[in-house]
Amino acid sequence: MKLTLLAALLISFSTVVAQEDLLKELEESKKPETDYTTATFKGTRLVNGQTIETKGKGTLEFIFAHRFGAVNGGVYEMFGLDQAYVRIGLEYGLTDRLGVGVGRNSVDKTIDTYLRYKVLRQSSGASNMPVTVTAFGNAAVRTSPRKADATFDITLEDRMSYTGQLLIARKFSPRLSLQLMPTIVHKNTVDKTIENNDLFALGMGGRIKVSRSIALTSEYYYRFDVGPNNPYYNSLGFGIDIETGGHVFQLVMTNTRGLTERAFLGETTGQFFEGDIHLGFNVTRTFQLKKPK
Amino acid sequence: MKRKIIIAALCSIAFSGFSQKYTAEKSFVSFYSHGTIEDIAAENTKTVSLFNTATGDVVFAVPIKEFEFDKSLMKEHFNEKYMDTEKFPKSTFQGKITGFQIDGKGEQKATAVGKLTMHGITQEVQIPGSIEVLDGKIVMKSTFVVKLADYKIEIPKLLWQNIAEQVEVKMEFTYKPL
Repeated sequence: MKLTLLAALLISFSTVVAQEDLLKELEESKKPETDYTTATFKGTRLVNGQTIETKGKGTLEFIFAHRFGAVNGGVYEMFGLDQAYVRIGLEYGLTDRLGVGVGRNSVDKTIDTYLRYKVLRQSSGASNMPVTVTAFGNAAVRTSPRKADATFDITLEDRMSYTGQLLIARKFSPRLSLQLMPTIVHKNTVDKTIENNDLFALGMGGRIKVSRSIALTSEYYYRFDVGPNNPYYNSLGFGIDIETGGHVFQLVMTNTRGLTERAFLGETTGQFFEGDIHLGFNVTRTFQLKKPK
Repeated sequence: MKRKIIIAALCSIAFSGFSQKYTAEKSFVSFYSHGTIEDIAAENTKTVSLFNTATGDVVFAVPIKEFEFDKSLMKEHFNEKYMDTEKFPKSTFQGKITGFQIDGKGEQKATAVGKLTMHGITQEVQIPGSIEVLDGKIVMKSTFVVKLADYKIEIPKLLWQNIAEQVEVKMEFTYKPL
């Protein structure tokens, strides 16, 4: 009796062992594959600026962003709610790594167009890459003021500005992602008494996920070589990302009202810690226009 | 001491059975979930599997990241929010198939009993299916239902679309001798 029990045990044990072995054999038979990191950030915007994320191929993203006036405007300005600065934009994924976008910001009535390309992808496994790097470039035209209202004979060339940016990010864990953004903004025409044509800046930011659908974000751009007469400030922002199905809501607090690189990087007029805080939000809706495969 | 080792070695040889192992040359795993706003379906052709016809032992591993959806955002949500793919990159099964003859004709009903691991949770399961031997190749098919709660796969409360609490999984493997 005991012997049968022992035999039964032994047999059942050995089958489990055989299956374990088979599973091990299966693991070993597999070629090592490269595992690319996904969802470093929830959206293509961190707070005001860009993230390394590109939209998937055939995906169209509609971005509606909005900044109120400064909260220190007091009751008369209803703490900034009387004013509104809006950017409406579209971004489309030409490939999984190449995106193209266009938008219009009410600040200086600016129209911006851009390209972004994911140069490197963070990965582990067969090939290791510690960071994701996306190159971002834009060209923007500020259509305000009108020719008739301008103080000099303004041309299209005077209205143009360009941005070149490298976005370097690493997803350290499912919860924590950090990003560095070395940036150059070139404005064709500037008031030389207060600023240069080229602005160099280094941005840093990140996100911490607090739940599966909610993340906290922050972003700061430090400008190099700022002259003593420059009246602008470095831009700083904090946000909460809330994701619901195909939408991402980003509620933000920032010292800038601009939503194009030229405006928020180079022409931020508010001092965050003096109460020049603009509440705002970015809302995105994603549409799949083409099947991914 | 030596004797014990020899006995152990003999035992392991005896129990491991003749090596009649098959590997899946083609695999297809899909799931379907009915939702109020949209149905969710995905397909995966990157599953690997081994099948020992002598013992009936079968194992498979499904790489979760390889499920392809109609929308790329769905895929991101599936991996990020439901399956915690970075923590649990694959789902595995190890078990035994009974109720079939390797020299049997036509489609035979068979049952796989064993452990299914998904989202880091292991459950004892019984999966019904069929086996057909065709020109030295074995075609295995199965359809079964997975209850998300059994594997602690939670649906985020903020998600608007209602997602069914169970999904229908379909599998089809074609094995060739290893």
